[in-house]
Amino acid sequence: MSQSYNRGLIEDFGRWKEFSAGMWAWIFHKFTGWMLIGYLFTHIAVLSSAIAAADGQTMMLAGEQVDAYTGTLQGLESLFIVRVLEVGLLAVAVFHILNGVRLLMVDLGVGLTAQDKSFYASLVLTGVITVASVPTFMAGVGL
Amino acid sequence: MSTQQQEPESQESPQDPEMKGTESPQQRRLKEKQEGMVDEHAEDEAEAAGETVHIKVFRYDPEVADKQEPRFDDFHVPFEKGMTVLDAVMYARDEFDSSLTFRHSCRQAVCGSDAFFVNGSQMLGCKTQLSELEQPVRIEPLPHQEVVKDLVVDMDHFYDQMHAVEPYFQDEETPDASDLEEQRQTPENREKIKMSSRCIWCGACMSSCNIAAGDNEYLGPAAINKAYKFAMDDRESEEIKEHRLRILEQEHGVWRCQTQFSCTEVCPKDIPLTEHIQELKREAVKKNLKFW
Ligand code: HEM
Ligand code: SF4
Ligand code: FES
Repeated sequence: MSQSYNRGLIEDFGRWKEFSAGMWAWIFHKFTGWMLIGYLFTHIAVLSSAIAAADGQTMMLAGEQVDAYTGTLQGLESLFIVRVLEVGLLAVAVFHILNGVRLLMVDLGVGLTAQDKSFYASLVLTGVITVASVPTFMAGVGL
Repeated sequence: MSTQQQEPESQESPQDPEMKGTESPQQRRLKEKQEGMVDEHAEDEAEAAGETVHIKVFRYDPEVADKQEPRFDDFHVPFEKGMTVLDAVMYARDEFDSSLTFRHSCRQAVCGSDAFFVNGSQMLGCKTQLSELEQPVRIEPLPHQEVVKDLVVDMDHFYDQMHAVEPYFQDEETPDASDLEEQRQTPENREKIKMSSRCIWCGACMSSCNIAAGDNEYLGPAAINKAYKFAMDDRESEEIKEHRLRILEQEHGVWRCQTQFSCTEVCPKDIPLTEHIQELKREAVKKNLKFW
């Protein structure tokens, strides 16, 4: 059709204020899934300092000579921003798991009429767990 | 709250046995919406009592010089109790601008020709009460379909998808007419396909689906629901059911559905579309599972 009008992408994400629960659940699930994949690589990179440590490599941390693995991990954990990111990672993982369980129920055809409520429940529970985790994650780190 | 707001579904008789005793998702959604907008309602009611409703209607016509650039036209339509979105655009067309173009026919949610995008959501014009909407009421053609003119969109692709699932009863063993035999369906089986048989081909679901928007070959919720109606009908033979599942489990079939529930939210006939799609996914898996 040449003589017609295509409204383009504005129809999709330009309308985000009008999205319903199921749509948000989908967006968040995609986002958190890919964040977890991203973290997986970071995780592997950090933990592989154990290989260097096994080879006898050492480093200086707060004036002390420690092995590469201990130094890398303690160095990261002493950073405030890393602790904040850990809280974020927990939030992302918890939401992905809870909503993942919701999606499995949807796949099995269980409770489809409550799909919006179960999404809100996942959100609230994620919030609660995240907040409850803050004291643990932030223990012993200064700004 | 005025009384019209208590009866959002005036087109469907409350005695409808299919609806009896249950609050439809549409009613629930409207109620939830209202609870969240009490304040706007005070204003809306003032305007309702004070006679006019403000509608903004999408205008576009490639054949008219000053309508080639899409725009919104404002109309102030005298409000009457029980007035629907369709009534409002019809009034605007009849009294203000006879070039305003849209499809409509039955005015009672049966023909499926007047699905519009109203305040950011797909709705049937004739089934949507103005009193339930925030003003100004923005009325646009269905998204994800090319606009032909004003509120008229090209439905060809939607119909193609509907036809792709062979939406007709197929049975090799039709009883011989001379035996005066009937092709009986059990009440349970009728109950199972009841909701799926209500589709009026309005295209609201397809228009709301983010996956259908990105994948033009995706069958879409309405076509899959249509296939469900026949695949779940016990009167068709096993082979035909297999044939139907083969169509559905193709690359652009049921597996495209990401359970966003957008279609189920907008369907004016309250068909549990996502539920039906999910059930067909399970059927497709079951058919392919082999334990030897
Ligand atoms: C208990 C833990 C988990 C559960 C229950 C879970 C559940 C799910 C489910 C059900 C889906 C499919 C969503 C759909 O139907 O569209 C999914 C997608 C996905 N998950 Fe998980 N998941 C878990 C852990 C993880 C982890 C640890 C990672 C990353 C390392 C991950 C990464 C992803 C990704 C990338 C997707 C695809 C997102 C997309 O659609 O693009 N998940 N998850
Ligand atoms: S399934 Fe519902 S929304 Fe989709 S075409 Fe049929 S009646 Fe319209
Ligand atoms: S005019 Fe027929 S469905 Fe609205």
